[in-house]
Amino acid sequence: MIELIIINGLVYGGVYAVLTLGFSLVFGVAKLLNLAYTAYYMICGFIIFVLATILGVDLIPSIIVAILITCLLGMISYEVCLARVKEHEVTVLIISVALAILFQELFLLIFGGDYRRIPPFVTGFLEIAGVRVTYQHFIAIGICLITLISVGLLLSKTKLGYAIRAVAQDREIANLMGINVDRVYILTMVISVALAGIACAVVSPIFMVHPLMWVHSLIIVLAAAVLGGLGSIRGSVIAAFILAFTEVAVVTLVPGGSFLRGAVSLGVMIVVLIVKPEGLFGIVFEEERL
Amino acid sequence: MTNYIFWLYHVFREQILDIPGRVIALVFFILILLLPLITKEPIVLRIFTFAAIFAIYAASWDLLAGFTGQVNLGHALFFGASAYTVGLLSIHFHNLPPWFAVSAGSVAAVMLGLLAGLPALRLRGFYLSLVTLSFPVILSGFILLFHELTGGEVGLYGIRPLSNSRIIDYYIINLIMIFSVLVMWKLTDARSKIIRLGVILAAIREDEIAARASGIQTTKYKLLSFAISGFFGGVAGGIYAHFMRTVGPSVLEMTFSFEAILWTILGGMGTIYGSVTGVYILYLFVEFLRFHPIGEQIRFVLFAIIMILFLLFMPQGICVWVRHKIEIQCRRCKIINLVTRHYCRSCGAPLRLER
Repeated sequence: MIELIIINGLVYGGVYAVLTLGFSLVFGVAKLLNLAYTAYYMICGFIIFVLATILGVDLIPSIIVAILITCLLGMISYEVCLARVKEHEVTVLIISVALAILFQELFLLIFGGDYRRIPPFVTGFLEIAGVRVTYQHFIAIGICLITLISVGLLLSKTKLGYAIRAVAQDREIANLMGINVDRVYILTMVISVALAGIACAVVSPIFMVHPLMWVHSLIIVLAAAVLGGLGSIRGSVIAAFILAFTEVAVVTLVPGGSFLRGAVSLGVMIVVLIVKPEGLFGIVFEEERL
Repeated sequence: MTNYIFWLYHVFREQILDIPGRVIALVFFILILLLPLITKEPIVLRIFTFAAIFAIYAASWDLLAGFTGQVNLGHALFFGASAYTVGLLSIHFHNLPPWFAVSAGSVAAVMLGLLAGLPALRLRGFYLSLVTLSFPVILSGFILLFHELTGGEVGLYGIRPLSNSRIIDYYIINLIMIFSVLVMWKLTDARSKIIRLGVILAAIREDEIAARASGIQTTKYKLLSFAISGFFGGVAGGIYAHFMRTVGPSVLEMTFSFEAILWTILGGMGTIYGSVTGVYILYLFVEFLRFHPIGEQIRFVLFAIIMILFLLFMPQGICVWVRHKIEIQCRRCKIINLVTRHYCRSCGAPLRLER
């Protein structure tokens, strides 16, 4: 039982962490609450499905192409819809909801409401302490770890990372220092969409692809991002693992717990927020506190 | 007696006939009430009844978000909680009159509104929006968990109807809609001389700290607006349950919460009539597309595209845009005039300054 929770918790935690990372990156840098974010996750899944299952392309190239197409789509939708209204927070929120609904309906129209399966990278499983772990799960954990580490390196070591962090701290001063803020915004957007695509590529062989799959993952992403403190990247990764372990534990231990999947993680989020309104690692400026 | 009638006519002319926006509202209400005389097509009446229910629902969201600035992303909580309360009451007590069930549902929604308002005392901005988003998800989790009681995915069915005929249902629901919308509009009217709520809520929205510094108990008024909004959301949910005669988990879905927001934004946020307009334009448009073979499939795609275009090019909403076209405010006495006038109808001051 414990082993099952740990293995599943690690897989879910890794995926949620990669997803949440992209979301809180965009929020931290551009202050955009992009609720269409998990819709890109769904889109990437469908492109992989079309390329790999229908057209019969090999899995690895189709994943790479899918992530590139999704990034392009993310960039276009940012340029067309979000960039013009990025000063108005509520408008961004609502327009991204409308975008997500648009994508969902388009994919429902094209593919219908069926659950689609994507072939795994490798088949087979390993038995650890009595729990069957497929190789796909190992690959998922591995890719998630590599992604998390490389994003960490990108932010802390490269010039682009410095620029992103500078813009996140103070947009105007960063602009005065000669950083092209608009370009940083777009690049951040692309990185975040790519992270959603990577998360999708590792989990879609484990879960199924469905036009409505963005709703549940959106709930988790929001819960993790808020729990960790909006905009805090380290916080959101830790929060993603906390939520994943709680969720898996409830689903495994409580009878009928699978109905409570969303409810539990959101409950954890609310309790933490009531105790600590800025989230686990969030920063609140003194004058904002009421 | 004649004096009294003359006075009534005078007030009517002063308050309604001379203000173009209110004339439009009056004509709209009369048309809504006359609709069953024009068409007796059951499907049309059904769609218009739903529009009326959703108008109350969207307006109640506007009351909370547009006026107090607490952007509630989980407004379906109030609607769904009330609908489930009404459903459970109606199934277990067959002789319960609908008005009682709907009031009980609304009280339940108010209680939940106060509960949902509690985090609002500590959280602001995005945090509040995301926490409110989570409430309906949690509630629907519990509804699916206790499926013996709530019917699970299928939901509750066999709820007693409001009345025996569709036409009477139509009139009851539309009269409730007109009454609730007028009450909400009056409650939030910042220029009202009798009710201070509107101006206080506007103050909280504009600058919470300044409002606090001016001696307004922001906590009390935020909770109050959560309760009022919950009440009207609950009324809408209750009559929805009685009209649909079934309640399923779909009333708690995230997209349903978002729909209230999208309707309101289309009409114009921060004006109760905006959300009513939004529902009657967008909901009816999407529903009547059903009759067209291609429209049936692409109606939600169109819905989303229309929303995006409106948000990009007319973010203040239709109502505000139209109002600027047909109304002009007197600079001296702040009375609203028809845009074609050159002098204020009340004080005679010129409405536009010649340069």
